[in-house]
Amino acid sequence: MSIIDFISKPWPWYVAGPMISFVMFLLLWFGKSFGISSSLRNVCSIAGAGKYYKYFDFNWKKEIWNIIFIAGAIFGGYIASTFFHNFNPVELSNNTIDDLSKLGIIFNGELVPEEIFNIYSLATLKGFLIIVIGGFFVGFGARWAGGCTSGHAISGLSNLQLPSLIAVVGFFIGGLVMTHLIFPLIF
Amino acid sequence: MKYIKFFLIGILFGIIMTKSEIISWFRIQEMFRFHSFHMYGVIGSAVILGMIQIFFIKKIKFKNFKGKIIEFKNKKLGKYNNLFGGIIFGLGWALTGACPGPMYILVGNGYYIFGVVIVSAILGAFTYGALKEKLPH
Repeated sequence: MSIIDFISKPWPWYVAGPMISFVMFLLLWFGKSFGISSSLRNVCSIAGAGKYYKYFDFNWKKEIWNIIFIAGAIFGGYIASTFFHNFNPVELSNNTIDDLSKLGIIFNGELVPEEIFNIYSLATLKGFLIIVIGGFFVGFGARWAGGCTSGHAISGLSNLQLPSLIAVVGFFIGGLVMTHLIFPLIF
Repeated sequence: MKYIKFFLIGILFGIIMTKSEIISWFRIQEMFRFHSFHMYGVIGSAVILGMIQIFFIKKIKFKNFKGKIIEFKNKKLGKYNNLFGGIIFGLGWALTGACPGPMYILVGNGYYIFGVVIVSAILGAFTYGALKEKLPH
């Protein structure tokens, strides 16, 4: 097996988790902190929202590293899918495949269900709800909570922050309510 | 040029997130249905190693690349915002199957529709900034 084949196979949690904490370490060592949702605020500030609202009125040039980091992450996604492509289906558990098929969502082996995540589904109520309202909730919620999975769940919990623990409990309340109570109504 | 290191760390992050399938909508569903240990293993091991890391960074006063002691900002504790913001985030996380990192990385994977998710998330952040003074914290 070549090294490329080795990298291309899905990585287990005990490889991914430690590597994410290594990414956090690298950012700390370079004087930054690991948190991605702040980039959403930065983009608003770069676009000039600071003229209208205090929340966006800060020196975004100091935070530009965050946007560069994200540009790298997008390119990393491209590299992984192009050069280390995994031709096998996503290793999803059978229970999840069954549950989703009961809701009419077919597991296609890809990363996302393409019958929902496509440009035409934007014109449907369901697609609009998932893509646009879902995205809006993520951005609004992350900023109100003061961070997302990276800033609160990884950085914050690692630093024993109580606000982060409360936020993560919130993430799961929201996620469980959506999955178990609201999904059956949407699908 | 001083920013190239962040681009490289970002590449590493994008590869990790893609190869471990954390960016998958299906994997997030699996997590919220408690059907697999995978996501909990990823987040759990990252947090446990992160705790050990930060404990030692503080204990030995570990210095960053510029020779300054690494300092940690405390997250602000709010009566309402951490929980309520968190719940709204969670609702969106289950819908889109992506938190902010994966949204970007999915675009790199060729799922361009997530560009619309990103724009919506930016609008969400904008709306928060506009309403900030009126929201309980």
